[in-house]
Amino acid sequence: MTDSSAVHFDRVTLKRGHRTILADATMRLPQGKVTAVVGPSGAGKSTLLYALSGELAPSDGVLTVLGQRMPRPSARELFALRRRMGVLLQGNGLLTDLDVFENVALPVRMHTDLPEPVLRELVSMKLNAVGLAEAAELMPQELSGGMARRVAIARALALDPPLMLYDEPLSGLDPIACGVILDLIRRLNDSLGLTSMVITHHVTETLAMADHAVVVANHGIAYEGPPTGLAEATDPLLRQFLDGQPDGPIGFDYRRQRQGGQRG
Amino acid sequence: MAKWLASLGRIGLFQWRVLRATDLRRGQLGDIARQLYTVGARSLPIVAVGGLFVGLVISLQGYRALETIGAGSALGTAIGIPLYRELGPVLAAILFCGRAGSSMAAELGLMRATDQITALSMMAIDPIGKVVAPRWLAAFISVPLLTAVFCAFAILGGYLQAVWALGIDAGFFWSSLQNSVDLAEDFGQCFVKAGFFGVATALVSTYVGYHAEPTIEGTSIATTRSVVHGSLMVLFLDFLLTATLY
Repeated sequence: MTDSSAVHFDRVTLKRGHRTILADATMRLPQGKVTAVVGPSGAGKSTLLYALSGELAPSDGVLTVLGQRMPRPSARELFALRRRMGVLLQGNGLLTDLDVFENVALPVRMHTDLPEPVLRELVSMKLNAVGLAEAAELMPQELSGGMARRVAIARALALDPPLMLYDEPLSGLDPIACGVILDLIRRLNDSLGLTSMVITHHVTETLAMADHAVVVANHGIAYEGPPTGLAEATDPLLRQFLDGQPDGPIGFDYRRQRQGGQRG
Repeated sequence: MAKWLASLGRIGLFQWRVLRATDLRRGQLGDIARQLYTVGARSLPIVAVGGLFVGLVISLQGYRALETIGAGSALGTAIGIPLYRELGPVLAAILFCGRAGSSMAAELGLMRATDQITALSMMAIDPIGKVVAPRWLAAFISVPLLTAVFCAFAILGGYLQAVWALGIDAGFFWSSLQNSVDLAEDFGQCFVKAGFFGVATALVSTYVGYHAEPTIEGTSIATTRSVVHGSLMVLFLDFLLTATLY
């Protein structure tokens, strides 16, 4: 960890094949805080998550996650690191042949030797934390979008990781479910002393509850700082994104987006 | 040629990873039992019915051929030898590819498309150990067992056709079958082949499913490939084994 940061990107470049997704990116996730990562579609927000979880190695720069320097830990080290982070994927990734209880119990069963009564107690606590203690026997197909998202959060929290990464936790949810999820993220972060990164398109709602904000645009970090600073920003790129203007420095046309990506 | 060799290398490495990830602790035994039911037990009806019809047909065709030389009573031989040496293991494995191999490939493809495999990896759980190895093992165990069921029903079909429809004496039927089928040469060959076919069908189905593109089309392609490539692999291996081992 760098100073009070759980994650530190230091001039990191991320590429997929020959295509540069993010160039020379420097940002950090402050310890114990909720960081909102926002930006237009295709800007590379989810790529940040893949780099953090070790799925994508930086082609340049230094990425430090929970005190461990990426890019290329061995498979064993990578799995040890992943046990210390909870990841909520955009598609939830709940195993459809297991019920809610077994989905949450899965990482505990695989990584610990807890006796069954203790495991049941632990899983019940996690489900209780997301308000789904009564839904333990339901199958993922029987859950609403918001409930499935909460089960996936409970599963990501099962091993008590210090770092939580949320990839589009609000996509496809109605405003009430969005409010429930954001409130849950905030409460869990504060009560469990976590560090959280929320990647989202829901700018207004997420910035309202976040402690720290990062804007990813045009293949780089366009802003990093307190969310309140964004309201006063005069940078045309930030204004275009925050005000939802169709014309501006952020290209709508795919060719312009690609040209932006070649600069790294 | 280089591309073909590279593919072969990737399949070999995948097989090695599956074998390494096989660990009967941590719930894998339960996963294997579930998969044995899904891919093995649920394939029983199609294999049994398929075997029955194959037995009926061989009996009918064999009788016509043998009757031309006045040897209709040796029908048991005409059923037993081709059944154990070729038809039993080959047809059971091909039926398995169509019924269970395709379902394994589709399941794994859908798991890839719905982030389930990525989620396992993010939880530091090896997806090969959790979702591939149990399916691979279940298929490997199921194919020889289903072959035995296929052969039993084919013999039953042959018997019904021979004794009830063609009027051959039951004693002649069973004695010619018993005298012509050798335990090591025929019965043994049947199960050695079934073991190889079990590995081949399990490997093809899990490999194409696990590596499917995470889209609906990708899942559909993987499902088709598991049947086409699996069946061709069974036929190719059958030729190879017959030519080299026997």
